[in-house]
Amino acid sequence: MKIHIKNGRLIDPKHGVDAVQDIFIAKGKVVAIGAPPNEFQASRVIDAKSLIVCPGLVDLSVRLREPGLEYKATLESEMGAAVAGGVTSFACPPDTDPPLDEPGLVEMLKHRAKNLNQAHVYPIGALTQGLRGERLTEMAELNDAGCVVFGQPDGLLPNLRVLMQAMQYASTFDFSVWLRPQEISLTNDGVAHDGEVATRLGLPTVPVCAETIALSNIILLAKETGVRVHLCRISSAEGLAMIRVAKQQGLPLTCDVTINHMHLSDMDIGFFDSNCHLMPPLRGFSDRDALRNGLLDGTIDAICSDHAPVDEDAKLLPFGQSDIGATGVELLLPLTLKWGLEMRLPLLKVLAKITLDPAKILGIDAGHITVGNAADLCIFDPDYYWKVTPSAILSQGKNTPFLGLELPGRTKYTLVNGHIVYEY
Amino acid sequence: MINRNPQLDENGVLQHLLTTEGLPASILLHILDTAESFVGVTERDVKKIPLLRGKSIFNLFFESSTRTRTTFEIAAKRLSADVINLNIAVSAQSKGETLLDTVNNLSAMNADMFVVRHAQSGAAHLIANHVQSDIHVINAGDGSHAHPTQALLDMFTIRRYKHDFHNLRVAIIGDILHSRVARSQIHALTTLGVPEVRVIAPKTLLPKMVERLGVHVYHDMAKGLKDIDVLMMLRLQNERMQGANLPSPEEYFKYYGLTPEKLLLARRDAIVMHPGPMNRGVEIDSAVADGKQSVILPQVTFGIAVRMAVMSILAGNQG
Repeated sequence: MKIHIKNGRLIDPKHGVDAVQDIFIAKGKVVAIGAPPNEFQASRVIDAKSLIVCPGLVDLSVRLREPGLEYKATLESEMGAAVAGGVTSFACPPDTDPPLDEPGLVEMLKHRAKNLNQAHVYPIGALTQGLRGERLTEMAELNDAGCVVFGQPDGLLPNLRVLMQAMQYASTFDFSVWLRPQEISLTNDGVAHDGEVATRLGLPTVPVCAETIALSNIILLAKETGVRVHLCRISSAEGLAMIRVAKQQGLPLTCDVTINHMHLSDMDIGFFDSNCHLMPPLRGFSDRDALRNGLLDGTIDAICSDHAPVDEDAKLLPFGQSDIGATGVELLLPLTLKWGLEMRLPLLKVLAKITLDPAKILGIDAGHITVGNAADLCIFDPDYYWKVTPSAILSQGKNTPFLGLELPGRTKYTLVNGHIVYEY
Repeated sequence: MINRNPQLDENGVLQHLLTTEGLPASILLHILDTAESFVGVTERDVKKIPLLRGKSIFNLFFESSTRTRTTFEIAAKRLSADVINLNIAVSAQSKGETLLDTVNNLSAMNADMFVVRHAQSGAAHLIANHVQSDIHVINAGDGSHAHPTQALLDMFTIRRYKHDFHNLRVAIIGDILHSRVARSQIHALTTLGVPEVRVIAPKTLLPKMVERLGVHVYHDMAKGLKDIDVLMMLRLQNERMQGANLPSPEEYFKYYGLTPEKLLLARRDAIVMHPGPMNRGVEIDSAVADGKQSVILPQVTFGIAVRMAVMSILAGNQG
C-alpha cells in the first residue's frame, strides 16, 4: 500500500525537523520526505492539515498482563490501546504469570503479538529465574528469543551478591539491566509516601530512603561491573540528585519517570482514591517539581506510561488492599504534551522524551523518521482536548487518577510498518 | 478525579461520620450539646427514647472489638432502633466476599445505618462512597486513620471537667504512629480551639511530619507534661512489641508509662484519660488509672450519650 501524508507538520527530534512536509510511504517504508518520488501513485492520501506527524511513540513500560493475568487485560485489548495512544513500540515488564524467564514463553508472546500486526513488542527478560532473585536466567538464550534487556519486577531486587553477578553476566553480552530502585526491607506493607498525607490518612509508608538506598547500591554495582543500567520510575528529588551526580561521573546510566509521577503528588490521594495507589508511591510537591525539571535538564531521559491495567473490582477496595497501578498507554502522549505546555517547551524537545530517547534506551532503531526506514508514525491533533472517561479508554483497565480530566492531544492515525493500524 | 469527602453533603450537612478532620466546630459542638441532653436519659430508670424506632442499625465489625461495639449497641437500643451485630471477621470476608459485596447485601435488607470497624484505613470512606444516599455510615475505627466517636466522647469528657477548650494544654501520649484515636483527637482538639496540643512519644511511634497536624512534638515526659491540663493516654498494642518499634514493655513503662510521679509534672488539677482497653503497667500505672485524677470510667459512660447523639443527628439529616 502506498500512502501519501500531506500538509502535516512533521516533527522529528533526531533530524531536528519541525516543518510542514509531506511523507511518502511504500512497502512499509518511508520512501521520500518533501517531494514525491518519481511516479508515486498513492493508494491512500491522508490529509494531515493542522495535525502533527511524528515518529511512532516508544513506551518503556506497558504491561500486557499475558501470560497468566488475562482477567486484568489481554494482549488484544492492550495492543489496541497502545496504537490508539500512538505507541508503535513498547517494552513489557517480565512480571507476568509465569514470568518471562524462558525462551519459549518469550517466543510465544512475540509470536502472538506479531500476529496481531500492531505495535512492536519488546519483552524485558527476567533477570533471575522465576524472578525470585536467586539464580540467573539464560540471558543469551532469552536474547535470541527476543528479549532485548533484562530486569526484575517492582520491589524485588535480588540480594547484592546475586545482583552483582547478574550485572556482570549481562555486561558480558552487553545487555542492559533495568531496575526500579526500592529496598524491600524498608517497604514492608507501605502503600504511600512517608509524608503529611500518609500521616493524616493513617496509611503505611514507603520512605524516600527505600529508593535512595537501593539506588546507592545499584550505582555502586554499576560502577563495579560496568554494565549499562536503566533506572525505572524514579520518584524522589533525592534519588534524582544521586542519578545526576552518577551521570556526571560518566556512568552508563539512564532513567525514566512515569506520566503519573510527573503530574501528581501524594495530595492527589485525597480521600483514599485507590487509582492513586501506585508504586513507587506518589511523593511530595517538591519531588514532583524536581522530576519535571529533571526531564528538562536531561537527568531523566524518557517518559513512560507504566501502563498497568487493573480490573475494576480490584480497585473497589480499601486503599491499602487495592491493586497497584494505573492504565496509561493512551495517556502517554496527552500527559507528555501537558507537561510541555505547562513548561512552555518546543514540541521538538517534548516529543523526544517519548520517541527518540526511549528508543535509544531500549536499543532499537525506532523513534525517528528516516527515508528507507520502517514507517512507524503517529499523527495527532495537538489542539484537540478530550475527557478521560472509561468509555474513551480502549484499555481493559479503566483505572487512572486522571479520570474526569480534559487532556490535550488526540491520536488521529497510527502507522506501523506503513500500515494504518489505528484511525480515529 | 473529583474525590470529595463524602461525610458532608453539598450544603455542609453531616451525612456520615467518618473523621473529625474537616468538620466545622459548629458540627462538633452540636454533637456535644445533643449528647448533653442524652446523659440524663442514660441515668433514668426507663432508659429508652423512641427517636430511632423502626430504624435498622447494622454493626459491621470487620475487626474484633468488645467495648466499642457494645457501646454502639447500647446507644442504638436506647434510641429504640433495631440492632444487628455482624462479626464479619469470622464470616463472609473469610469466604472471599468483598467488602462492598457484604455492604450491598446488607443494604438490600433495608439497613438505615452502618457502624463500621475495619483494619484498613479508608474502609469507612469506601463504604460511604458506595451506599445508597439514604444510608448513613459511622466510622467506628478504620486502620490507623480515624475513630471519630472516640474523639468526640473525649471532647465531651474534657468539656465536662474543664468547661472551656480555649485555655487548655493537652498532651497525647503513646503510639501516635498507629493510633486512629490520636489522629481524631488531634483534629477535634485543634478545631475546637485548644491552643496547645502536644504529642509525647519515642521517635519510632511518631508518624512523619506529625507537626503539620498542628501539634508540638516531645520525646521527654518531663518536658512534655509541664503545665498540662489534660493527659490523653493511648493504648500500646501488644503486637508493636514484636517488631522493632520498642525494645520492651518494661523500658516503655519506665520512660513513657504514666506513674503518679510523672503525673505530678502536670498541673495539679489535670485529668487523665484513656480510650481503653488499658495495659496496666505498660502505658499507665494502676495507681493513676484508678486515682482521683482519672476520668477513664466517666469516658465510657459519656461514650454512650455521644454515640446516641451521632446516631440521632445522622438519622435526622436525610440526604
